[in-house]
This record gives sequence, C-alpha cells and structure tokens, in this order.
Amino acid sequence: MNTSTVIKIQELTKQFGSFTAVDHISFDVKKGEIFGFLGANGAGKTTAMRMLCGLSKPTSGNGTVAGFDINLQSEQIKQNIGYMSQKFSLYEDLKVWENIRLFAGIYGVKENIIAPKTEELLNQLGFVNEKNTLVKHLPLGWKQKLAFSVSIFHEPKIVFLDEPTGGVDPATRRQFWELIYQAADRGITIFVTTHYMDEAEYCNRVSIMVDGKIEALDSPTQLKQQFNAKSMEDVFFRLARKAKRGE
Amino acid sequence: MKQFLAFVIKEFHHILRDRRTILILLIMPIIQIILFGFAVTTEVKNVRVSILDHSKDDITQNIIQQINANEYLSISENIYTTDEIDEIFRKNKTDLVLVFSDHFDNDLRHSGQASVQIIADGTDPNMATMYVTYLTNILLSAQQSLNSGETLSGKFSIQPVVKLLYNPRMKGAYNFVPGVMGLIFTLICAMMTSISIVREKETGTMEILLVSPVKPIFIIFAKMIPYFALSCINLTSILLLSVYVLDVPITGNVFSLIFISLLFIIVSLSLGLLISTVTQTQVAAMLVSGMVLIMPIMVLSGMMFPIESMPHILQTISCILPARWYIISIKKIMIEGLSIFMVWKEVCILFSMGIFLIIISLKKFNNRLE
Repeated sequence: MNTSTVIKIQELTKQFGSFTAVDHISFDVKKGEIFGFLGANGAGKTTAMRMLCGLSKPTSGNGTVAGFDINLQSEQIKQNIGYMSQKFSLYEDLKVWENIRLFAGIYGVKENIIAPKTEELLNQLGFVNEKNTLVKHLPLGWKQKLAFSVSIFHEPKIVFLDEPTGGVDPATRRQFWELIYQAADRGITIFVTTHYMDEAEYCNRVSIMVDGKIEALDSPTQLKQQFNAKSMEDVFFRLARKAKRGE
Repeated sequence: MKQFLAFVIKEFHHILRDRRTILILLIMPIIQIILFGFAVTTEVKNVRVSILDHSKDDITQNIIQQINANEYLSISENIYTTDEIDEIFRKNKTDLVLVFSDHFDNDLRHSGQASVQIIADGTDPNMATMYVTYLTNILLSAQQSLNSGETLSGKFSIQPVVKLLYNPRMKGAYNFVPGVMGLIFTLICAMMTSISIVREKETGTMEILLVSPVKPIFIIFAKMIPYFALSCINLTSILLLSVYVLDVPITGNVFSLIFISLLFIIVSLSLGLLISTVTQTQVAAMLVSGMVLIMPIMVLSGMMFPIESMPHILQTISCILPARWYIISIKKIMIEGLSIFMVWKEVCILFSMGIFLIIISLKKFNNRLE
C-alpha cells in the first residue's frame, strides 16, 4: 500500500511574512489516482502546488513527491512531474509539432522516441492535419487538450493540472476529462485544481482547502454523505462560507 | 547542451515569426544611419575655395588648376594676406581657404615635405568636414601625380594642416554614428531582451519552464543569443553603411571597435536581464527601458548634444549610462583613430558595469524563483 503512495505531505506550511498562506496541511496521493485539489481563490491552492512542484521551498513541514524530498530534491522532482495550467497553453508562435518537440527535449525524451510518439499523439487527438499549424491558430479547447498531452508526453509519475479547463465549453471539458482518465489508466497520477464542481465529481478523491487548511478530504460520495449535501457544489459552499480571507 | 540548443532554436522562432518586429529591428538602424547621415550632410556642390598662395610656384599653380577642374570645387577669391581670411569668411564669400606656405615648391623639392593649411568654417561641422575631405583628396591626388612624375626624384608628401575656424574641436561631427550604435544596441539588447523574458512571465510559460528540469540560467542565455546575433548583424550593417554610404571613416582598428561593441552588447544584455527581473509586464519593461535607458541615451550620451556643454549635474548623471562610455570609446577609435589602449578607462568601466549587472541580475533572478 505504502509503495504506491506517490505524494506524501506532512504538516506543510508556507509563510509570507506574518501571513500563513498554507497552514500545516497533510495528505497522501496514491499512484494512478485522480486527486482534486479544491479551494476558493486565495485559499492557498497555488502556493501549495508550487511547493509540491519544487517551485518554492516550504517554511516548514516535509513530504515526498514521486519519491523525492520536496525540501532537498526539487531537481529530481521536476524530472518526474508534468505541469499544465490554464494560463499557459504552449507557445503560441510555435507550430504544434515544434511545441511537442521542445517540451519532449526539455524533459529529455530520447530522440528516436519523439518522432513516432508525436505521430501517435497527433493521431490520437485527431490533430494530424494540424501538425504544422501555429498553436495560436488552434481553438482554445484544442490547445488545452494539446497542452495536456504535451505535459504527459514524457510519461511523468505525476501531472499537476492548475485549472486546466478554465474557459472551455462543457463538451470540450468532457473530452478533456476523457484524456485525464486515459492517463490515469496508464498509471499517471493526476493532481488537479478546478473551479468546476461537476469536475470535482470526476475525481477519485477531493480535498477542499479553506484559509490555508485542508477542511475536508475524501471521495466525492463520502463528502456528500458527510456534509449531507446533494452535490459537490453544496459541499464546497458550506466549507467555503467559513472562509475569512477575501481575494 | 541539446536542451540548450532546442531553446535557442525556439527563441529564434519567436523572433523570426514576428515579422514586423524583426523588420523593424533590422531596418531601423539602416534608416537611422541614413536619416541622420543625410539630414546633416547635404550635397556638396560649388564649394568656393579661396587661395592664399605665399609661394606662387609651378606646383601650387598646378594644384590650383586641379581644384578648379574639379566639378565640386571652384576657386572664388585669391587673397594676399592672412587678415583677409576672416573677412571673406564673414562676408560669406568662401567656404574654404587654402593656404600654401612660403617656398612650397622649394620645401617639397628639398626636404620632400611641404605644408598647406586648409581653413574651413566650423559652425557647420559636418559640412566643413565634407569640404575638407574633398579638398584633401585633391591634394593627395596632386601629391600622387608629383610622385609618379619623373621630373622629381624621391617621394614627396604634402601635409595639409586643417584648421577649423569658430568650432575648432568639431563637436557634433560624426557623433551620430557612435550614438546610433549605442542607441540601437541598447534598444535591441536591453529593451527587446527584457520584453521577451517578461513576455514569458506574462503568458505563464515562464512558470512552465521553471517547473521543468531546465536550468533557469539556460533559459536566460538562450534568450540572449538571438538578440546577440541580431546585434552583430546590425553592427555590421551600421559599419558598412557609415563607411561606404556616409564616408565616415573607421580610422582606428576595426577589431578594437568590434571588441568594444561586443562588450557593450553584453553589458546591454545584462541590463535587459535586470529590467526583466524588476518588471512584471511587457508594457512596464518597455517603459522602464524607454524612459530609463533610451531617452537618457539620446540626450545624455553625447549623441545629440556634446557632453562637455551640459550642466555639471547632467554630466555626472550621464556617467552611470553604459552607453555614454561606449559612445565615447567608439568615437575615439572610429573617428579619432586612437588605439584600444587609449580607451582603457572606458573599456574598464564597461567591463565592470557588465560584471556588476550580471551579478545583480542573476541574484535577483534566482531570488524571484524562491
């Protein structure tokens, strides 16, 4: 059981001056799990995620991501994770294949693997004709799907998705989640933040952060029972209402 | 290394795909040089040369005839005393005065050397230089024909002594070429580099790169390389233009010139890096580099107004601009023909500025990652 834990966080804290952005949070994520990381704006989601990705050092607390210490081995962590955010969807002025090529290269994917895998990926996404299209000419939904595929191109152990479906229509979001499920089936752990509560239902387990603390952590079904709510949206509102921090 | 190369290629793609920007960056220096060049140098025609011939011998007569035969120059007055020089200039009867020394012929035949003096009106230094250059060329060709003539044995040299009335130090002349160079490199290296780094912050791609295993320093250097290359292209085009189109000579050593330019390009690149660490948006980066760098460079670096005639406080402020030292050293090497050892002070200052900027900006860059 313990061997399949890919993220293990204990008492993780981040302070900016006197402000505690992330307040002693602890949780585990298992291999192949789709872990929803929810919270209102300013709850500390992004800060927590940045620490997990090795982008910022925790003030206190410890943990491992993909088997590496977040305090000491951020370089190794970076090798083993993928990352995608809503804000970012690839380089607009590079062609589709150039983006794939660039990021594959950054993550050290072997030269002889890149070309066939690119073809396979384009086939899968139905993007074969768009290989030489500049990314800026793709519709947003396509960009997001491509960005996700690029972020798991190097077969990371974990992929961090920061509001990946922001601004995308429901049909495309559906397709996007199909991609996520496929990746999870291949054993890639998905760590995802989202604002869409219907998406929270798709997750295996969900944590909800309020004011830097994790207030609830369980499967969507359990959470709904626990809070006696009809939907995740209800659960979220009940918890988020307690928040004292504003934007 | 392959990673790094992939990055450099990506950066080139960014720049080359942005057609408008690349065109502006490549053509702007050319336009500027030509514009400045032709705005300050109008056509040379009917330049009036007055002669003060103390010697009156065959050779001086020969030279005077050659001047008259030239399509751009014509003899306007013959004067007989030095007092008249000032008078005819003031009455605007002449553009140049050519003075032959006593015993010109004699000196030339016996010592192989003779002096002439060229006096020009320095109030318009650019025009004055042009006139003097034309006249000097005629003197040189006269000297050549004397040397090839068989009537005289040995080598002769006529040494023109140029005297500019009213503005003897020729402030302003040619200033614009080093000035434009300073401006262009600051623009491309500091401004464009900072904008391109900040753009990645703005679009969020910087975040993605930082999450990736790439070393941040790689990202930065990969950004600098294309702008470095662009600057080298511009350096070449500016130098070629000034030599072949504007006739601004490179009197000093070309390699010293290139060396100092590369040094300045590196200083500007690190300046751009520094700007990118203190700004968050492209607009801010553009404003900072525009207001803090470009504007002061235009005004303070001696490109438009001579530094010597500026108020003391502005002179002091101009000292912190790398471009000031660059422009001075380029002027010294390119126009005055000094060797690189004569500008060691400027080189040292640029060098220390470069080191200082690189250290500060790398430190800031790393801090920001925290």
